[in-house]
Amino acid sequence: MSQQERREAAVRQLLDAGGPAPVPPDLHTDAVRRGAGMLRRRTVLRRAGWLLLLAAVLAFAVWAADARPWTEPPSRTTPPLTRW
Amino acid sequence: MRERQAAQQARRAREFQAFVAGAAGRLLHAATLLTGERPDANPRARVLLTGALAATYASWDRLRGEDPYDRTRTALVVRFARGAWRRPRAHGGLLDRLSPQERLVLVLRLYEGVAEEQTAALLGLPVERVRALSARAVAAVLHPPRGPAPAAAQPQVPPTALGKAASP
Repeated sequence: MSQQERREAAVRQLLDAGGPAPVPPDLHTDAVRRGAGMLRRRTVLRRAGWLLLLAAVLAFAVWAADARPWTEPPSRTTPPLTRW
Repeated sequence: MRERQAAQQARRAREFQAFVAGAAGRLLHAATLLTGERPDANPRARVLLTGALAATYASWDRLRGEDPYDRTRTALVVRFARGAWRRPRAHGGLLDRLSPQERLVLVLRLYEGVAEEQTAALLGLPVERVRALSARAVAAVLHPPRGPAPAAAQPQVPPTALGKAASP
């Protein structure tokens, strides 16, 4: 055992002294309450995201059905007249 | 659908309770060492641990075989590291003379037995820096410096002063 390891072992003993701390009884309840809140918020956010996506897809579909961007626009210029 | 959800919720609650019953004492001891508080008066350590446990509870169904203890310890360390520099120094704990970084390294390396490389990755430091911090912290714990200005306390002063100046 090297000098360094001996020193580390001594510190480890100091750190371990006192053993596990006594846990206050409401710690578990508080953690569950806050954790459930986090889960709920996450669910709400996820749902809102899906709803937003759905609304965007619907809006695009309605616009596309109306505007038909894939059809060629009607020509606005008259072809030049050659040969009388 | 609803029944399955209820069953999953009940299972999560049961497993989480068993986990907390087994691990909270050790985690709270680690948190108290980190904050430098006295073992019998550790409000900050309790707040830290409650937040870390809540995060573990929220991700319980997506752990996929990952150790919840490791997950909670990581959350604890991240929460402590994020808030440590703007907190006033606690007194009365075993490590209250050490800087927050030295406490982190000491608790992770020696109390939790995390390898040097993993500690470095978790704290975002080079391995050599972790080794140096660990050696300095060990020396400070074994030979506590006497007098009002211990060497380990000096890096702590500017952030505290800055924090006070920035928030009038």
